[in-house]
Amino acid sequence: MSTLPDSYLEYPRRREGYDHDLYNWSNMHARPPVTWPQGSVAVWLCVSLEWFPIILGGPFTAPGHMVTPYPDYRHYTARDYGNRVGAWRFLEAFETAGVKASFATNAAIAERYPELVAAVIEGGHEIIAHSTDMNGTIDSTLGEEAEAALVAEAMERIERASGVRPTGWLSIARQQSFATPDILKGQGLTYCCDWVNDELPYRFANSLINLPLNHELSDRQIITVQQKSADSWAESIGDAFDWLAREAAEQGAGRMLPIHLTPYIMGLPYRIAALEGLLAHLAKRPEAWFARGDEVIAAWEAQT
Amino acid sequence: MQQGAADPGLYDYHPYNARRKIVWPGGKSVAVWVAPNLEYYEVDPPAHPKRKSWARPHPDVVGYSHRDHSNRVSHWRMAEVMSRHGFPGSVSLSVALCQHHPEVVADAAARGWEFFSHGIYNTRYSYEMTEDQERAIIEDSITTVRAATGQTIRGWLAPALTHTPRTLDLIAEYGLDYTCDLYHDDQVQEVKVAKGRLVSIPYSLEVNDHYGFFVYNMSGREYADTLIRQFERLAVEGERSGTVMCIPLHAYLIGQPHRIGPFEEALRHIAADGRAWIARAGEIVDAWRAQQ
Repeated sequence: MSTLPDSYLEYPRRREGYDHDLYNWSNMHARPPVTWPQGSVAVWLCVSLEWFPIILGGPFTAPGHMVTPYPDYRHYTARDYGNRVGAWRFLEAFETAGVKASFATNAAIAERYPELVAAVIEGGHEIIAHSTDMNGTIDSTLGEEAEAALVAEAMERIERASGVRPTGWLSIARQQSFATPDILKGQGLTYCCDWVNDELPYRFANSLINLPLNHELSDRQIITVQQKSADSWAESIGDAFDWLAREAAEQGAGRMLPIHLTPYIMGLPYRIAALEGLLAHLAKRPEAWFARGDEVIAAWEAQT
Repeated sequence: MQQGAADPGLYDYHPYNARRKIVWPGGKSVAVWVAPNLEYYEVDPPAHPKRKSWARPHPDVVGYSHRDHSNRVSHWRMAEVMSRHGFPGSVSLSVALCQHHPEVVADAAARGWEFFSHGIYNTRYSYEMTEDQERAIIEDSITTVRAATGQTIRGWLAPALTHTPRTLDLIAEYGLDYTCDLYHDDQVQEVKVAKGRLVSIPYSLEVNDHYGFFVYNMSGREYADTLIRQFERLAVEGERSGTVMCIPLHAYLIGQPHRIGPFEEALRHIAADGRAWIARAGEIVDAWRAQQ
């Protein structure tokens, strides 16, 4: 039997605070209370607009990517269904409920489907940068130079195709390298949505803001990974809202409910009604403030 | 254990229908303990030859930050719900949390919770440790928890459930009273060790929130219902001989906003039932010992 080197029992970063320098520790419940322009729970809808090349690329395979031997028509088309049909159902659902959302958008979507991105902007929704396409993944094997070039390319292509330069960034699968916060800051971005360790915005050491987009509440996690029904998903989101509204009232402090949606998952004919019903329910609740990501950030920044 | 033998020789066989009658304090039939795992996972741990820490290259942002949610948000949410319904915690502690986030450990100590060791970090695995190395992490655990809380640890849940053939003998030699690593029973049971004595206290993987949400893919409401069913059965069977129900938790799972409400209802149910002796792990071991 091999044995471990004694260095395995050395802990050079065992110290007060984190074992990294990306951001500082703080207890959400002990921070000065945040208040929102209305209500006590900011409901942030975030939709991912994803284009999957039929040929795999990038440092890792994005969730939802091709599975079968080439050519994987099944997954290529089932994902593109979201962009052709599902996203339009979302836009109508948001209009009916009278709510605004953020759309985390691949540059390739802005270029390939200008009608969709125009409708998103026309509807008063926010564009968040979501890399180039679903091969535009980031992790520490990519290398800092290549990563910086990828982020710059995504920002430039989104701005050119949509006319908007986003202030927020969502990495594919929320995966970053140790260099990502600085690279995003270098592109003039205000915030990213990748770290799921909090339920309110907070600042990295370099002053980039993280707006936590809870992956556990996403349609991908609950419906695709855990294989629950759309109704079970809506029930869980309703339970989350009820808890956050109660906590906000007890603590006198604003809370946030991020709802991450995927057009090819929740935008299916047999699932969309669960989303519509949830939105109608939440829109009637006096505690709810439906806000885009940049609006949550602006309200939070004004108080911190 | 009997290293290399097909039967590791951990315990004797005792049929469930022929047990000495155990009665918990107050005549209760089921001892219920809650075991929050207060953990620290390193963002960039050293490689171990037998087990990978993270699925993705470091930093595994979702993996790391999901667990960090415990130490920024959900510990207090989980702890408040437990305190509100009269459940103390018996903490499975990554002892380096005493250094990284002493505020979390202090909160648990202030609530009267008991601490036992879950290793130094949940990203440092015991497989292939030499005896000296394993003694070092046991001694580190004892010293660190004593310095942070004044408590002397009495139990062990192996870091990330990684063991060596020596672990149980060593923790008994250091005077620890219980292990949470054996899943063979719904009652406290004697464990065979080289020196001293040791018992297994039922922890549970089956009703562990991690299994509930990531193995069995339950919703928050389904998990709460599972806890109530587990409780109801063990409360009935405990009339014959006292049973033990453990609720093992991770704040970053149970303390998510969609799960904590249904969980609170499960605790409310158990606390109101009247058959539960709500206790800490050490108290359960002591009450069992006193009836042997």
